[in-house]
Amino acid sequence: MAELFQAIDQFPVILKHWLMSHAAGVLPEWVLPLLSAALSITPILAVFPLLFALTTVVERKGLGRIQNRIGPNRVGIPLTDIRLYGFGQFIADGIKSLIKEDVVPRAADKVVHFLAPIALLIPVLLTYSVLPFGKNMVPLDLPQTGLLFFFAVGASTELSVFMAGWSSRNKYSLLGAMRAIAQMVSYEIPLILSSLTVVMMAGTLSLTGIVENQATVHFGFLHDWHLFTPWGFVGFCLFLTAAAAEANRTPFDLPEAESEIIAGYFTEYSGFKFAIFFLAEYLGLFAMCGLGITLFLGGWLPPFKFLGFIPSWCWFLGKLVALILLFIWLRGTLPRLRTDQLMGFAWKFLLPMTLINLVVAALWHMSGGAVPVLVRWAVGFVLLAVPYWLLGRGFEVKFTKREYRFAN
Amino acid sequence: MSLRNMVHCALSLVLTFAGLAGLYLQLNAEFVGFTQILVYVGAVSILIVFAILLTRSTEPKDEPATVTPWVGISVAVGAFLTMALAVLASPVGKRLAAPAPEVSVKTLGQKLMTDYVLPLEVMALLLTAAMLGAVIIAMKDKEGQR
Amino acid sequence: MTQLSSYLLVSALLFCIGLAGALTRRNAIMVLIGIELMLNAANLNFIAFWRFSENPETMTGLMFALFSIAIAAAEAAVGLALIITIYRHFRTANVDKVEEMKG
Repeated sequence: MAELFQAIDQFPVILKHWLMSHAAGVLPEWVLPLLSAALSITPILAVFPLLFALTTVVERKGLGRIQNRIGPNRVGIPLTDIRLYGFGQFIADGIKSLIKEDVVPRAADKVVHFLAPIALLIPVLLTYSVLPFGKNMVPLDLPQTGLLFFFAVGASTELSVFMAGWSSRNKYSLLGAMRAIAQMVSYEIPLILSSLTVVMMAGTLSLTGIVENQATVHFGFLHDWHLFTPWGFVGFCLFLTAAAAEANRTPFDLPEAESEIIAGYFTEYSGFKFAIFFLAEYLGLFAMCGLGITLFLGGWLPPFKFLGFIPSWCWFLGKLVALILLFIWLRGTLPRLRTDQLMGFAWKFLLPMTLINLVVAALWHMSGGAVPVLVRWAVGFVLLAVPYWLLGRGFEVKFTKREYRFAN
Repeated sequence: MSLRNMVHCALSLVLTFAGLAGLYLQLNAEFVGFTQILVYVGAVSILIVFAILLTRSTEPKDEPATVTPWVGISVAVGAFLTMALAVLASPVGKRLAAPAPEVSVKTLGQKLMTDYVLPLEVMALLLTAAMLGAVIIAMKDKEGQR
Repeated sequence: MTQLSSYLLVSALLFCIGLAGALTRRNAIMVLIGIELMLNAANLNFIAFWRFSENPETMTGLMFALFSIAIAAAEAAVGLALIITIYRHFRTANVDKVEEMKG
């Protein structure tokens, strides 16, 4: 029985080895590394765009329900009455964006305008190469610099956003790009600092190593996820906030605020290029979620030991879907921030909190073993709650001053 | 460098930085390579691009982008020839690489905290000073306009 | 395996492109870009010499490159802040036109 579960768990790895061993005799020597890389990339390219497509439908339906609408429920299989609850919508959307005319503004900088979506999609896809999707399932295991690679590649998307906004020669595009870049640069710092706590505790930059560090078991059944510590919990909250801002999700979706600047930096894009921007944005969100899962939610590990028979990649995907649903829920719930509020939030709240969290994590690490767990929890909690309260007060004062006047 | 459009210049600069990072990776300096991407592609280029956009609006279009180009170019070409000759002539250039050294981030950090702790502190001081300086430079001007 | 000299040649070329840019361009930002290129050429030299040195375990070149990246970032921030201030003051980023010293 256990062997069967093992086999299901390692199914993609076994499949790859089997294919490789068969190809070894047939193909020339120099093809093999390329084939290995291709075999690792294919599942990513298959799974995540599909997930993106399903997410768009789920998001529209979910938002519809939140806003007391129904959402897409018409498109099913053509020429039949089967509606599939509207889940054919993404195929129709895809076909529509493929056959639409590709309009390039006359004033636009043609080369840069063409390169921008490509330059955006490639780094986003590259970030997936270091994420461990399951046990032994990481396309590119960088034992020394995995996390650094993720952030380095993620940072280069900012420039593509600028390229898109600038080359369109459009006021709204440029404004959107400027907002996006300012926001991404500001929120990248809390993002990196909040993941730094995990690096500090795990003592490694390798994402696989970070997951394995969370594999120790408490009380016989509970895995030692980083979420279950004071610094880990706060770090995860900070990480999610910063990740939402990095991925331009509501409440931080100023760069593409429809009511103010049309669609932000990709206003002038149409057809397939627009689809690429859309895809890159969602894939960036998924990558951020995947990183959050790896860092704080135990990656491919199940929450309880006795649930270990479910394959590791199922756990990863399940957590990913849960986080995506959380983001959809947030989008339906929260209003959009103003630009100055956004910047103030990043620099006056998130940054101090991440720094304090770093100190708390260091204390937690130093006091390991000598001090009882409850005392460590209490100290960590006090150290984090007091600054949270103090920093939060500064914002409340500003918010409560607002007056509403209603027409009688 | 010779491109008229300054944004194109900046974008090709980024390409150069990314290429350099690739060279670092080829030289087994993973950490430095990724830091290079993070700092240059992620931060410095964004700064440059912002500065270009902020200072571009009133630039006259007709005047040449360069000043006394031939002097500068000839100096640069001369320097390159000298350096290239020196490199090709010296026996150092023929040296082959030692077996790839194992550089883990851990040893790098330990070195940073032991042997190189003074430069590290000086660097922290310098970065703080630079940040404060940049903020003050930007702020003073705003007050002057008021 | 590539020889050390090829890396040195690339770095020399980069340095000279940066030098030419810094010497010839009128715009202060372009001068700064030239300086950044020269710094990067120096970094490449550090890394290359570290990799091809007798004992790479000391990691001196690596450390120096890291520090110089940090310095370059600080320098770019201050330099660009200065350029923007100058631009606001004189309405130009042209290095030759900024002649007055009195504010």
